[in-house]
Amino acid sequence: MSAEIRDVPPPGPLADVWASFTENKGAVAGLVVIVAIALVAILADVLAPHSPIEQYRDALLVPPVWAGGSWSHPLGTDDIGRDILSRLIHGARLSMIIGSIVVTLSLVAGTVLGLAAAFFKGVTDIAIMRLMDIMLALPSLLLAIVIVAILGPGLFNAMIAVSIVTLPHFTRLARASAMSELTREYVASSRLAGAGSLRLMFMTVLPNCLAPLIVQATLGFSNAILDAAALGFLGLGAQPPTPEWGTMLAGSLQFIQRAWWVVSFPGFAILVTVLAFNLMGDGLRDALDPKLKR
Amino acid sequence: MLRFILTRASLVVPTFLGIMLLSFVLIRLVPGDPIEVRMGERGITPERHAQLLHQFGLDRPLWQQFASYVGQVAQGDLGVSIITKSPVIKEFAALFPATLELGLSAILFAIVFGLPAGIVAAVRRGSAFDHGLMGISLTGYSMPIFWWGLLLILLFSVQLGWTPVSGRLSAMYFVEPKTGFLLIDALMSDEKGAFRSALRHLILPTIVLGTIPLAVIARMTRSSMLEVLNEDYIRTARAKGLGVFRVVGLHALRNALIPVVTVIGLQVGTLLGGAILTETIFSWPGIGSWLVESINRRDYPVLQGGILLVASLVMLVNLAVDLLYGVLNPRIRR
Repeated sequence: MSAEIRDVPPPGPLADVWASFTENKGAVAGLVVIVAIALVAILADVLAPHSPIEQYRDALLVPPVWAGGSWSHPLGTDDIGRDILSRLIHGARLSMIIGSIVVTLSLVAGTVLGLAAAFFKGVTDIAIMRLMDIMLALPSLLLAIVIVAILGPGLFNAMIAVSIVTLPHFTRLARASAMSELTREYVASSRLAGAGSLRLMFMTVLPNCLAPLIVQATLGFSNAILDAAALGFLGLGAQPPTPEWGTMLAGSLQFIQRAWWVVSFPGFAILVTVLAFNLMGDGLRDALDPKLKR
Repeated sequence: MLRFILTRASLVVPTFLGIMLLSFVLIRLVPGDPIEVRMGERGITPERHAQLLHQFGLDRPLWQQFASYVGQVAQGDLGVSIITKSPVIKEFAALFPATLELGLSAILFAIVFGLPAGIVAAVRRGSAFDHGLMGISLTGYSMPIFWWGLLLILLFSVQLGWTPVSGRLSAMYFVEPKTGFLLIDALMSDEKGAFRSALRHLILPTIVLGTIPLAVIARMTRSSMLEVLNEDYIRTARAKGLGVFRVVGLHALRNALIPVVTVIGLQVGTLLGGAILTETIFSWPGIGSWLVESINRRDYPVLQGGILLVASLVMLVNLAVDLLYGVLNPRIRR
């Protein structure tokens, strides 16, 4: 009776992260919701029963199906007869695009600025970090409003504004993690081996700073969706008839007395999406940062 | 100690200058000049246009405009609103109490509910209460507050008719502004029912503005308490046979509060940002709605002065929190 000794490799780092991520039920639920919303966004043209901007003049403010409406407009219609379900489905696509673009822009720019501050120290460091401090001293929504006022209202400009506003968080994080990595011996040996600044920054140090940046990117996604929706609500983001969730709420206060569905659904969609990203971000942080583990 | 305070306070000066420059440059980048905006549809002759530009100093080189702006700010002069013609600082002073009253009441709401909830969740870690509270607070943290406001109006104002929809006071009352805090002014006035009316107007905006700070404070209190409850001195206190209330309330809470105080201070920025949305929804006459209006009217001096004042406020509160932190926790004084 000889037991077979098999060569079982230890779980890789990714498998390890995945294992501790799946331990967190909330995080998994968040991931499932995000995947579902992403699918809805991709398949919006197939899933939506109507065009998001077509106005059905004979069906103004039709209530949802369970409140006396009909199946042709399951979640009812708005004040000019647009199908709310179709608008929400297409809004999912917009929100995912907004989140991706904003996070990509601020993550890339913030990482470069943060690494530059950590590497070049001195005047560069002071200039970059002072600028970030100044930006942080302004409430982010106020700064975003001012930037949109400069660039002009619109979805694209709102995305730029939100990217600029979230930039300081990524910059500070990238700088802080790069600073602590720079004191390590592997960086010194890489430098002695003749690696140039760019190689040191992006090939040697950056991969080891990724964990907190990934977490911040996930949380940044939810912030981006929230801020862009707030701008839309104030009339400074996506313009009608774009089915952006915040924009859909912009004029809804006047219908609050007679059409609760116009007010309720778009905000609920924002809440669910943002909550899903926050849940997943929390789970990722616990999974990527072993120090916080129980 | 004095050295710590001075070092930390001196860092504020370059940031303040930077904020001035930023607000100045940002505002100059806004398309459309204020004279055209003010004249609107009526149009204006080029001569009169040039004359007005000159009158407001808008035709000078940018660096000169900035230099004179810094000089004015140093004397406490933040310019005059192009639309209303009254000094910016005066408008701010007139509207700020409304925002302050709303903000204080929101932060009080957040502390009163968030602190005890966080403590109980930490003491009963893993219980249904703990899980429920963490779920609720993450939901609150994810809440689009403009929608939350609409939802509360829908429920409490439209369906139940309990609270008014907008403003600070019912139109049937007149209260002479003395402190600017309507609750206090109403109490001091002879108008019966004015206090009740002011209170009813304050409830929904308070909940809306206080929701995110509430979630943040509850989460922070819980995690900070959990950390402290694991410390050796807590075990010692328990081993001595002290009651739960004494251990939690006296030994643990005192130490757990330090990060919570910091977080409360850091909520000022969130509050002022949230005030923009909250004041817009509830037609609350504070600086949030004032700033949004100034953007729509391209009222440069108001926007510039308003941004400067708001940013300075956030900066000073952050400084105060840092100093307080240094006083509470001697380890971080370098």
